[in-house]
Amino acid sequence: MVKKGFILLILAAMAVIIVGAFAGFTGNTDLGYVANHYASNGASEVGSANLVTAVVVTYRGLDTLGEVTILFLSAAIVGFFLKVENTDNKDRKLKYVSEILNTASQVLVPIIILFGVYVFINGHLSPGGGFQGGAILASGFVLMFIAQPKKEISHKMVTILESISGVSFVLLGVAGIIFASGFLDNTILSLGKFGTLFSAGAIPIIYIFVGLKVGSELTSIALSLKENQNEA
Amino acid sequence: MLQIILAIFLGIIMLILAVIAVQNKNVVVAIIAAGAVSLFASVLYLLLAAPDVAMTEAAIGSGLSTIIFFYVLNKIKRQNG
Repeated sequence: MVKKGFILLILAAMAVIIVGAFAGFTGNTDLGYVANHYASNGASEVGSANLVTAVVVTYRGLDTLGEVTILFLSAAIVGFFLKVENTDNKDRKLKYVSEILNTASQVLVPIIILFGVYVFINGHLSPGGGFQGGAILASGFVLMFIAQPKKEISHKMVTILESISGVSFVLLGVAGIIFASGFLDNTILSLGKFGTLFSAGAIPIIYIFVGLKVGSELTSIALSLKENQNEA
Repeated sequence: MLQIILAIFLGIIMLILAVIAVQNKNVVVAIIAAGAVSLFASVLYLLLAAPDVAMTEAAIGSGLSTIIFFYVLNKIKRQNG
């Protein structure tokens, strides 16, 4: 009873705080100093039609590297803890997968994978980017794991793809230090015509590697969980 | 105006689903409710003009994490009984 009273008290206090914050809220009419710089100079400096991509990849590229590292760490930890008990993989029972799911997945999986690739190649033109495209790729593969449990994907190949794209991503960043003005600077290639596929310097290449890395990492998390099931 | 009404409606649905996810005794129902919260959140992000965030939320929040929860649930069930 006392515990419930405490919870209600905390909820009421939070309600008071939130109502106060909401009542005192007035929207910003103009951008701050840094945001103003991004909004007015982003298109000419980076050449990316999607301003979010310009900020994520170029202006705040180091943060993206941090995100990718965190994701790599979580994938590595999942793989490490699940690999130990991965013993009787061969004679596991497979649950019956319905005909509809199986047939639909055969049609849908290639389309989802194609859409994921589209999203990260066009990251500098349309909404989306490496992280989103990679997540879509991984969800396509996960659909395949569920609908066609007999189909095997080489876990080693996924890991190798992840490592290669991660190393290439960092090497491209270092190339930015050497040939241009800073880490992950995209002007190592020419900026090209604004708004076309081959524009924005190195951003499409960086996003291809980020997308492949995120996709293979999420796939490898799901794959190590799937390999660890006694029945799938 | 229509956007605001739709956003409030989505927010109420999300609140209801979140309470279901916390309170329901059946874990499968709770996982699906948590995935549905993410799905409605991604629609809400799209309404609030953040398509990049909406894509991530739809793919990871409602797709991958739900599946991973189910895999883990299946594994725990096997080990307990």
